[in-house]
Amino acid sequence: MERIVQKEWFSKLIDGLLPVLATLAALAVGTVMLMILRVNPVEAYSALWDGAFGSTNALAETLVKATPLLLVALGICIAFRGNVINIGGEGQMIIGAIAATLVGLTFTNLPGWLVIVIAMVVGFLGGAVWGGIPGVLKAYFRVNEILSTVMMNAIAVQLMNFLLRGPLIDPAQAELDSKIPQTARLLDAFRLPRLAPTRLHFGFVIALALAILVYILLWRTTMGYRIRAVGQNPHASRYAGINVKKRIATALLLSGAFAGLAGAIQVYGVNYRMITDGSASGFTGSAGFNGIVAALFGQLHPIGAIPASIFFGALLVGANKMQRVVQIPSALITALNGLVVVFVVSSEFWRQRRQHRRLSAAEGEDQQSSAIPSTVEEQA
Amino acid sequence: MISNIFSTTVLVGILASGIRLATPYLYAAIGETFGQRSGVLNLGVDGQMLLGAFAAFYVALTTGNLWLGLLAAAMVGAVMGLAMAFVTVNLHAQQGISGIGFYLFGLGMSDLLFKMLLGTVETVKGFTKIHIPYLSDIPIIGEIFFSQNAMVYGAFALVPISWFVLNKTTLGLKIRAVGENPEAADSLGVSVARIRYFTIILGGTLSGLAGASLSIALLNVFQQNMTSGLGFIAVALVYFGAWRPWGVLWGALLFSMVNSLQLWMQVLSIPIPSDIAVMLPYVLTILVLVATVSRVRAPAALTKPFERGR
Repeated sequence: MERIVQKEWFSKLIDGLLPVLATLAALAVGTVMLMILRVNPVEAYSALWDGAFGSTNALAETLVKATPLLLVALGICIAFRGNVINIGGEGQMIIGAIAATLVGLTFTNLPGWLVIVIAMVVGFLGGAVWGGIPGVLKAYFRVNEILSTVMMNAIAVQLMNFLLRGPLIDPAQAELDSKIPQTARLLDAFRLPRLAPTRLHFGFVIALALAILVYILLWRTTMGYRIRAVGQNPHASRYAGINVKKRIATALLLSGAFAGLAGAIQVYGVNYRMITDGSASGFTGSAGFNGIVAALFGQLHPIGAIPASIFFGALLVGANKMQRVVQIPSALITALNGLVVVFVVSSEFWRQRRQHRRLSAAEGEDQQSSAIPSTVEEQA
Repeated sequence: MISNIFSTTVLVGILASGIRLATPYLYAAIGETFGQRSGVLNLGVDGQMLLGAFAAFYVALTTGNLWLGLLAAAMVGAVMGLAMAFVTVNLHAQQGISGIGFYLFGLGMSDLLFKMLLGTVETVKGFTKIHIPYLSDIPIIGEIFFSQNAMVYGAFALVPISWFVLNKTTLGLKIRAVGENPEAADSLGVSVARIRYFTIILGGTLSGLAGASLSIALLNVFQQNMTSGLGFIAVALVYFGAWRPWGVLWGALLFSMVNSLQLWMQVLSIPIPSDIAVMLPYVLTILVLVATVSRVRAPAALTKPFERGR
């Protein structure tokens, strides 16, 4: 018995290291690519490190970039734990941001703190609506959520472009010929507090606090338990009396809500207005996709998502420095992010194979202690 | 100004460019159809398209030969497909998520190569219109259907060809069997892995060509993220078209015609917010999915990895 326990501890360690190994593999590919491009990899990676962590300011920028990644990743943890795939983070961020911006542009007479609170809540709700629609469509109409979230992304982008070019355009821009598609600036009083002189804002603290809340939600509440149960085995869950459809819709709704909040925080913490270049990534910086990368890297655990988001935030910020120092376009990091995802999901193969082997070994040694519960019931 | 839109010239222009703009959707979505009929969801289409678009553009620009450009795009797409096949067939990776990984890779890689090898936006002289003798002389219809470039004809030819392959050949039967019931197919001696490798690589090749159709036949430039999500729409079109090539064709035309209309509205500076018009096909796609999901069934083994003896 003890030997198995020990083995399990060891296996868990290896499981935890798999994403790290996958990242190292991606960086190794990056090294080869750099060498093909005749750039000294040491120089490139040290510029990357320096850009991400080299100074207080660099570190602050890294955390600023990590904030939306973490929030999106928290939503992804909920969705993927419930076995629904949400790739609508981009659209949900945009809708959350639009909703929050409307609050700031409308209630100019209210005190700053109140507007911020309302805006965050409204942003959260906006994302919830945009995630909830695919959720309901999946649960009650069996519409594939990958497709509907992609469609919702496209609709959100067009809605943003329409609003920022038309009804919500900055009155100052409306008079100019340039007609830059952006909203008016929010009042100074509505900005999230900053840790001067850096750009690090209070949104990062909100994201950290929510990471703990999501952990509690998923592992310490009935709702979270049900979402996870549905994700692991919908059939067993149905027999155990869980409303599977409701949980699927909830998982996507919550997932969208966190992305929506990420959008709201981008507006109130970083840009103080919405501006569009016509594409989704122009506003989100692809956080809706990169948040998925961070969540996977953190093994779909809300607490694991914290270091994962900081890591990918660091990569994104460091990439800019790398671009300046060794003239390697920061797009390299996007490509490497993609490889990390591919490697992480591929490494799952070995994890499952080892788990399989472990289970059969455990069954052989001790017939009584099956690791799979025979019925899905509340396990506090 | 509004009345302009109803003149024959404008209508013919809208329809002709609508036909032309369907090209990338068709290549990508027909390729995706093959993959999904065999049970594999490839969500990396957009990344394959971007790399294909760059490869075609770069080769065409440096060699001056458009056909070499096409070949390069097809090869890049095929290699991406091969990687995708290994990850999904051999390593059983979750298809939706690994697809996102391939998308990000293609997005970053095409941008990286563009900035390293070209640096500035350049243009190539892409495929020119081929007027089909006699047919192109027919008024209106001739201009809409028979005065297009080679890649447009190729895209539309793909529809009946892929219908024939999927429904009337042994290969098509095997593909469908592997997508519906891989265990049964396997027990009858069909190699599930080999069929899936074939369809995913074919899909990658066609996605590469879809990208090439943008960069050397329709727009004749390469820009960062020039597909702007077109590959994701192509995946949706497969569901929209209920996994049938003819259904995919109608979906592709819906999107391309609305795009064309929107472009012409801008040209004629008609004061209707075109963003709203562009939104419509997406909303419509969701509605179609809701309406058809109970009648149309996806390939039973879609997104499910196959392992013998499980």
